Amino acid sequence: MSDTATLTDGRLLEVRDLSKYFGNVIALQDVSMFVRPGEVTCLLGDNGAGKSTLIKTLSGVHKPSAGEYLFEGELVEFNSPREALAMGIATVYQDLAMIPLMSIWRNFFLGSEPTKGVPPIRRFDIDHAKDVTREEMAKMGIDIRDPDQPVGTLSGGERQSVAIARAVYFGARVLILDEPTASLGVKQAGVVLKYILQAKKRGIGVIFITHNPHHAYPVGDHFVILRRGQVSGDYTKEEIPLEQLVSMMAGGADLEALSHELQSAAVEEHDEALAALAHDVEEVGGDHRE
Amino acid sequence: MTETDRKEVEETRQEAAPADERVRQVGLGARLAGKPAIGAVLAVIIVWVLFAVVAFDNNFVSMATTAAILNRAAPLGILAVAVALLMIGGEFDLSVGSVLGFSGMAIMVLVSPSAAGGLALPLGLALLIALGLAVLAGFLNGVLVQTTKLPSFIITLGGLFVFRGLAIAIPRTMTNRTQLGGFDDIPGSGAVTDVFGASIGLGGANFDISILWWVAFAVSAALVLGRTRFGNWIFGVGGDQDASRNVGVPVSGLKVALFIFTAFAAFSVALIQVSGTGTADSLRGTLIELQAIIAAVVGGVLLTGGYGSVVGAALGALVFSMVQQGIIVTGIDGDWFQVFVGGILVLAVIFNNAIRKRAQRR
Ligand SMILES: Nc1ncnc2c1ncn2[C@@H]1O[C@H](COP(=O)(O)OP(=O)(O)OP(=O)(O)O)[C@@H](O)[C@H]1O
Ligand SMILES: [Mg+2]
Repeated sequence: MSDTATLTDGRLLEVRDLSKYFGNVIALQDVSMFVRPGEVTCLLGDNGAGKSTLIKTLSGVHKPSAGEYLFEGELVEFNSPREALAMGIATVYQDLAMIPLMSIWRNFFLGSEPTKGVPPIRRFDIDHAKDVTREEMAKMGIDIRDPDQPVGTLSGGERQSVAIARAVYFGARVLILDEPTASLGVKQAGVVLKYILQAKKRGIGVIFITHNPHHAYPVGDHFVILRRGQVSGDYTKEEIPLEQLVSMMAGGADLEALSHELQSAAVEEHDEALAALAHDVEEVGGDHRE
Repeated sequence: MTETDRKEVEETRQEAAPADERVRQVGLGARLAGKPAIGAVLAVIIVWVLFAVVAFDNNFVSMATTAAILNRAAPLGILAVAVALLMIGGEFDLSVGSVLGFSGMAIMVLVSPSAAGGLALPLGLALLIALGLAVLAGFLNGVLVQTTKLPSFIITLGGLFVFRGLAIAIPRTMTNRTQLGGFDDIPGSGAVTDVFGASIGLGGANFDISILWWVAFAVSAALVLGRTRFGNWIFGVGGDQDASRNVGVPVSGLKVALFIFTAFAAFSVALIQVSGTGTADSLRGTLIELQAIIAAVVGGVLLTGGYGSVVGAALGALVFSMVQQGIIVTGIDGDWFQVFVGGILVLAVIFNNAIRKRAQRR
C-alpha cells in the first residue's frame, strides 16, 4: 500500500468555498470538501441540504456560482458532464439519468459508445456493448434476461443497478454515487458497498451520498455533513464513532429505531433477507478492517 | 477483482447461458410487433391491396401507376427520413417546406441571367451558395431552439413564415416573378439533371432517379440511427435530454446537426425538383412539412420523441402517395384526399400506440 500512502497526501478532487445559487435560491454556500485517491468521502445530510446540487456541480452538470474546483491540484472548469467524464469522473445521479424507451445496453453506453471500423464510417460496436452490459450486470448479481429489454420495463432496483454498473465501468478516477442504495435489495446494496471498497483499493476516489449511516460508516474514510447548504461537520473516521454519526444525521435516531424495528421483524418472521442485511454490512466492515 | 468475485461471475454467467426460465419464447408476430416500422409495413400492404381491389379496373396495378406512386413518394420520403431523425431526437421542424421553396428559388435566382434579374453565377458556385443558405437556415433553427429553450414547434413555425416570405419577396424584388424557369439552359445543368432530375424508362413507365435518392437517404439514415454512436445519441436526447446530457451526450451540437440535416434534405428535394422540372416556384413545398410529419408518424415515430424508425418514415411517405395516386386513378373527387389523409394519420397513431404498449408489456 506504499504507493497509495504517498498519493493520499494529494487531493484528487477538491472544492473550496463553493457556492451555487439558482436565482434567489442559495443551494450551496461556501462549501469546501475533497476526496483523496483510494478514499471514500461520505456526504451526509437532511433532504434538501444540497448534496445532489454539490455532486452535480462536481460532475459538470452545474457551474459553480462562486468558489474553486480543483482536479489533481489544478483549477478546472467543466462546461458539461462530458468534460468531467473525459477526466474519469463518473456519476450515478439520484434520478439515475436513464432513458426508459431505450434498451439496457444502449443506456449503459449512452454518451460513451465503443466504436469499431475506420474513421468516416465508425460503427457502434453493438456486440461488445451487449456483452459488457451482461457481464457488468452479472457482477452486480443481476442476471438480465435480455440486454434488449427497454430500461423502462426494469424494476426500480434493476434500473438503479444499471446506473451503478455503468458509473463503475466508466469511473476511472472518481466515482460519485448519489443515494445508490436507495431502492436496492439487501444483496445488491451489499454489492454496491463491496464495489465501493474495490474502487478504493484501485485508488479511485469515491464520493458516496446516503441517508443510511450503517451503509456510510463501514466504507467511509471521511464524513462531510451538509446542513442547509453549508458544511456543518467534517470528520475522519477516527474522530467520530458510528453512534455519534447516526445521531448527527438529521432523523438519524428515527433511522436507528427503524432498523431495530426491522431487525426484530426479521427475528419474528424468520426473514432471511432482513437478517442477511446485518450480515452483509458486518462482512463489508470486516473487509475494510484488514 | 478477487477470486471469489470471479467465481461468482462465472456462476452467474453459467446460469444465464441456458435458456433463462424467466423468459418465454414469443411468436414471430409478437416479436415483429416490437419493431417501430411494423405499422408502416402493414399500412403499405393494406392500402395497396385496398386500391388494387377497388381500382383494379382503373389500372392501379400497372407500371404507370407504380411509377407515379414512387415518383410522388420520393421527394416526400427524403424529407420524411430527415424529419423522422429530428422527431426521434425530440424536435419538430415546421420550416422544411419553406426552406424547400426558398432553396429552389435561391438556385434559380443565383443562376438566372442578369437580363432576367438573376445574378448569373456559374452553376456550381450557385449550388454551393444555395446549399450554404439552406444549411444556415437549419443552423439558425437549431441554435435558436437550443439557446431559447423554447419548443421547436414555435421557433420553426416562425421559420415557416420567414423562409416562405423570403422565397416570395426576394425573387419578386429582383426578377419581378415568383416562378423562374430556364434551368435547362444554364451551362452544366445537364450533368446536374442526370444525377438528380432524370428519369429512367422501365416497362413503358418513367421512374424518377430521385427514387434512388429516397432509398439512399433511408438506408444511410437507418444505419446511422441504428448502428452508430450518433444514432444512440439521437434516441437518448429524444427520450430525455437532461439525462442524456448528464451522461455525456453533447446535446446542443447534436440537435443543431439534426436541424441542419432536415434543411439539407429540403435543399436536396429542391435540387431534385428544379433539375427535374427546369423551374422553381416560390410556393413549392407548401404544407409538405405537415405531410412529412404524417409520414414519420405513420412510420412509427413517436410524437414525443425517443422512438421510431426512419425506414418506417420512408414507407409512410409511400402510403401517403399511394392514397393520393389511388384517389386520382379511381376517379374519386380529389377533394376527398384530405379526408383520407387525416383518417390515416389518426388510425396510424392509434395503431402505433397500441402496438408499442403491447410490445412493452410483453
Ligand atoms: N434547479 C434548481 N432551481 C432552484 N432550486 C434548486 C434547484 N436545484 C436544487 N434546488 C434547491 O436546492 C436545495 C438543495 O437541493 P438538493 O437536491 O441538492 O438536496 P439534497 O441534499 O440532494 O436532498 P435529498 O436528500 O432530498 O436528495 C433544495 O432546497 C432545492 O429546492
Ligand atoms: Mg439529492
